[in-house]
Amino acid sequence: MRLYLKLAWRNLWRNKRRTLITMASVFFAVIMATLMMSMKEGSYTNMTNSMVASYTGFIQVHARGYWDSKSLDDSFVLTDSMKQVLDANDKITGYVERIESFALSATRETTKGAMVVGTDPEAEMRMTQLHERIDTGSYFEADDKAVLIGSGLAEYHKVTVGDTIVLLGQGYHGSSAAGKYPIKGIVKFGSPDLSKQLIMLPINEAKRLYGTEGTISNLVLLIDDPEAATAISAGLANDLGESLEVMAWPELVPDLVDMIEADRVEGYIFMFILYMVISFGIFGTVLMMMAERQHEFGVLVAVGMKRSKLALVVFLEVISISLLGALAGIAGAYPVIGYFFLNPIRFGGEEAGKMMEEYGMEPILQPSLDLNIFAKQALIVAAVASIIAIYPFISVLRLSAIKAMRS
Amino acid sequence: MNYVIETNQVSKIYDGVVPVKAVDEVDLNIENGEFTAIVGPSGSGKTTLLNMVGGLDRPTSGSIKVNGQELAGMSENDMIDFRLKHIGFVFQSYNLIPVLTAKENTEFIMLMQNIDRATRNERVEKLLTEVGLEDKMNSRPSQLSGGQQQRVAVARALASKPDFVLADEPTANLDSKSTENLLDIMARLNKEEGVTFVFSTHDQRVIDRARRVVTLVDGKISSDERR
Repeated sequence: MRLYLKLAWRNLWRNKRRTLITMASVFFAVIMATLMMSMKEGSYTNMTNSMVASYTGFIQVHARGYWDSKSLDDSFVLTDSMKQVLDANDKITGYVERIESFALSATRETTKGAMVVGTDPEAEMRMTQLHERIDTGSYFEADDKAVLIGSGLAEYHKVTVGDTIVLLGQGYHGSSAAGKYPIKGIVKFGSPDLSKQLIMLPINEAKRLYGTEGTISNLVLLIDDPEAATAISAGLANDLGESLEVMAWPELVPDLVDMIEADRVEGYIFMFILYMVISFGIFGTVLMMMAERQHEFGVLVAVGMKRSKLALVVFLEVISISLLGALAGIAGAYPVIGYFFLNPIRFGGEEAGKMMEEYGMEPILQPSLDLNIFAKQALIVAAVASIIAIYPFISVLRLSAIKAMRS
Repeated sequence: MNYVIETNQVSKIYDGVVPVKAVDEVDLNIENGEFTAIVGPSGSGKTTLLNMVGGLDRPTSGSIKVNGQELAGMSENDMIDFRLKHIGFVFQSYNLIPVLTAKENTEFIMLMQNIDRATRNERVEKLLTEVGLEDKMNSRPSQLSGGQQQRVAVARALASKPDFVLADEPTANLDSKSTENLLDIMARLNKEEGVTFVFSTHDQRVIDRARRVVTLVDGKISSDERR
């Protein structure tokens, strides 16, 4: 094998200029693809963190059927044994109990449907940093009989801090839910949709409003590693039993997942086009190399080199030239991406920044330093090179020494 | 009599609009230790005959035996293996591997044969010394003259201890001094080590040194002179 590696390596440098030009094409393609993908993945992380971490949470537990019915009749009691299961799982760093339902919100002049969320103010603060989103007024406390209202909804009702809002709805098992609450704070949620419909109140008050007594509708879990959400939720589903459904964030916010996937596909299409162009460049080099060395190949086979071994040498040459370009590209892209990871691009335009902030995202473009992105480029180039190498491989396997020597 | 090479009614016809009979029913037997030149004008079939004897080309009809082994039934891969073990080649344009040094070129065939490193080193040193290139072992072909390259080619051909060496116009690209030098080396190897050489040539200097001269005309043997 050493001989074949030596031959392949030295052959690469027989025509330095051509090898360097081919490697350069791979180098620039890998840099472009890596930069693009890391920027995209970074923005997905930013988006996910902003939208999921700020409200939905990475994992939720509900009574089976709640997610479809969204009815408080499908609520559950968080028992001590469930708490033990949660406490015993070292990947779960905490949890927030919620009651989520719908109600008609009304003032003297206006009415509008609203999503009412009862939550533990302390735990919510730790998990979603809700207190940081207070636009006007102050954050609520566990014993308050007051609400926080989304800025969009406050605007609709033309209410502000200190005003009163009435909630009318259906409670647990058909009971009527009615309450009148002063507004303690106006919250600007990341998502404009949430801002237009969300009202939050302390969980104890929500239990009274909806008559749920000891039950809750959602248990939102805190985890350290969002990437592991699906695996953790699967394990937890087993531990908590059939009566509960455990959902990871991709199930909770399918629209976000779809959007990311669609955007990712767009990136893949661009990458495909980029690598197709590069492939033809490499293929051209391979064709020239094959044409130039026909006579030499013939001689090697004539003196007794097996065609399979000669094909291996040619294969190694094609793979080496491509992988060297890819590795150089990765080595070139890493510091650039590293720099922008540490010094994210901040959107200067007021409109763009404002728009991102409205969606609950930091107005920055921070690339991802995920090593998978780099490894993927190397794998793609290796795969492309392997496909290209099929042609010289087969053509050497079919080589006739005498014909090649006559060429 | 045991022959190294035996051809029996060997013919080669190249298909085309007008089929060309390059070799026409040739019977040729070469004994071990011969120093034979196959001569004739261009197009007389010398190279075609040599290619068939070397297993690079197949006859249209007739049979070829090397050391008693019939070549006709061998697959292409078996033939490559056979050439590696039994036949040494010296080509007109040297055909060394340009990216390997003289030592590595000579060693190449032995590496293909999986011969151990110690034996390889010993044999390469001996062969390159015999062809007078002991001080050029680490030179690449581009750093050697034509004559020196051809001497490396001879060393490479002998590296696997073949049954015979086929040399196709080995002096065609060499000047007089290099030609004489190369012929001296091959004649010495033939005489002292009993290496069998078969040349195709129209170089009078080679013909003068050969101990047997087979003349081909229009693909047929027109004379076979032993000296």
